[in-house]
Amino acid sequence: MQTKKTSELKGRFGEYGGQYIPETLMSEVTKLAKAYEHYQDDPDFQAEMMDLLKNYANRPSLLYYAKRMTADLGGAQIYFKREDLNHTGSHKINNVIGQILLAKKMGKTRVIAETGAGQHGVATATVAALMGMECEIFMGQVDTKRQALNVYRMELLGAKVNSITTGTGTLKDAVNAAMQEWSRRTSDTHYVIGSVMGPYPFPTMVSDFQSIISKEIKQQLQEETGKLPDAVVACVGGGSNAMGAFYHFIDEPTVRLIGCEAAGKGVNTKQHAATIERGSVGIFHGMKSKFLQNEDGQIDQVYSISAGLDYPGIGPQHAALADTKRAEYVGITDDEAVEAFEYIARQEGIIAAIESCHAVAYVMKLAPQMKKDQIIVCNLSGRGDKDVAAIARYKGEKIYD
Amino acid sequence: MSQPLRDTKERKFMTEQRLREAFGKQHKAFIGFVTAGDPTFDKSVASILALDAGGADVVEVGIPFSDPVADGPVIQDADLRAFAAGITTTKVFELVEEVRRKSDVSLVLLVYLNNIFKYGYDRFFSKCKQVGIDGVIIPDLPMEERGEVLPFAHKYQCALIPLVAPTSAKRIPQIVQGTTGFVYVVSSMGVTGVRSQLDSNLEDMIAAIRNSTDAPIAVGFGIHTPEQAAKIAAIADGVIVGSAIVKIIAQNTAETSKKITEYTRKMSKAIYKINREKSL
Repeated sequence: MQTKKTSELKGRFGEYGGQYIPETLMSEVTKLAKAYEHYQDDPDFQAEMMDLLKNYANRPSLLYYAKRMTADLGGAQIYFKREDLNHTGSHKINNVIGQILLAKKMGKTRVIAETGAGQHGVATATVAALMGMECEIFMGQVDTKRQALNVYRMELLGAKVNSITTGTGTLKDAVNAAMQEWSRRTSDTHYVIGSVMGPYPFPTMVSDFQSIISKEIKQQLQEETGKLPDAVVACVGGGSNAMGAFYHFIDEPTVRLIGCEAAGKGVNTKQHAATIERGSVGIFHGMKSKFLQNEDGQIDQVYSISAGLDYPGIGPQHAALADTKRAEYVGITDDEAVEAFEYIARQEGIIAAIESCHAVAYVMKLAPQMKKDQIIVCNLSGRGDKDVAAIARYKGEKIYD
Repeated sequence: MSQPLRDTKERKFMTEQRLREAFGKQHKAFIGFVTAGDPTFDKSVASILALDAGGADVVEVGIPFSDPVADGPVIQDADLRAFAAGITTTKVFELVEEVRRKSDVSLVLLVYLNNIFKYGYDRFFSKCKQVGIDGVIIPDLPMEERGEVLPFAHKYQCALIPLVAPTSAKRIPQIVQGTTGFVYVVSSMGVTGVRSQLDSNLEDMIAAIRNSTDAPIAVGFGIHTPEQAAKIAAIADGVIVGSAIVKIIAQNTAETSKKITEYTRKMSKAIYKINREKSL
């Protein structure tokens, strides 16, 4: 399978991946690749990482059987992988622990990161505090407003938050700013990329760190039901939680893998971020992949209600999985995601991140079409406390956080 | 892994020659940068001609990109002005044709890889040859990935100008192997933009490059004063100035062309003082 380490041609997934970055960063990225290739097989590194995942991040996360939703939808058995119960409230911490531990081994004293919804920024600021590293976060100005509480959270954890005003002031612009900062200062600084994107080794490394999600799902579901899932559903922005949830099922052909993209106000409007559905092949942010762009290769200004899915590209592994049709990608609109946000709260007493609710919305469509002896596992990538005020406003309530 | 830029045996190409001649004069080369379409199509044509009139040996024309990760705020703003005036890749080539009617100055394009990729590699370099572009600088194409672009640059005799950064160190021999046109030395880390202090390590970098190639070496990123230019010219073959010129263009007055010519003259003069020690 082309997405597995053993057959990878140094970060190539079909035609996608690669290392398309300025020469100022190549030397550092090469060092990082060498360090990762070394430590990924180092038992001490792995043991240290597992200890932090278990004793600090609260792994393994629960695989929860959603009894009421299953009954209400009347089809497949629905399980949620509760990444929202991790420390800092999302799957992001899995990757951050791995990368900051690696940065420390490389002798770095400072980490920088981009963030959209703030979940990756919070996770980075948290682990930086734990490991005594200096931390700077880059966040689009629009996102600092819609996720104001997370900005304060990062500052509370000792990070400096830079509000980025260029472009659309969202995730793409935060990535640009973080890359520029890294090209200024690599000697003591590691850039903790938050998704399965960027130049090699990032997509490989981040998907390896996130693969613990599917490793646990496989084991937990085996113990509980003795079966493999029939479908795994996850939301996709850059695609890290989905890669994590798919990883150990890629070689299991009976398992459907479904990524849910942000269709915003509809894929026929200009306000969406549905990269697989509407994008084309391009080269940006260090990788060849699919992007939303115009015929000249200028990157589109995309939109989603969810700051974490508001990105014009997707990780190269997903582009390859889509090409080979191993995974399916579907669009979920703002309205559908908000409906799912309310539905899962009422049915299961879970306030899930609006990003994750894109996956929940698809489960609501898919479950009734499936048989009662079939199983869907949906990755609940994050908790939704951060979204409550914004969703209230979306529904016309006049409250501010 | 990386591909040499060209087999050292095959060397004589028309466009490359014009670039070589630009570096082969009795003085060191001055290279000025303009963003295509900034602030309008006609005005950027006038700016390029003003650079030529002031004595620029090469003009670097930037194709605006929506997300120019290697550029600082001055050039980012120039890109936004050019987009507001409706610039497209097709129009950049029309702009070059317009310049070519009035000037024979050596022209190179500064372009992010996605713009070339979407235009089509073959179509892009064929168009470069047709309109008289001598070389291309691609800031986000390291040697590891240049194998996918090189065959097309070769086919249409366009120099693919390699970039060397302060952190390149051991990578230098491979980066500059088979260079045509010139080697672009990035003077300091970070993005484009004027700086008061340049990297102290520059002399070592240039020495390392000279050990691996006889191609001319031009230094860019941060240079804006005649004093800086003279210092650089004492050790390199050319000086590249971008943001300082774009700042003049940003003022957008009736005097813009005149100011560009005057600035170019002042900078070239500072460079001309430095005698050529060896012929290329």
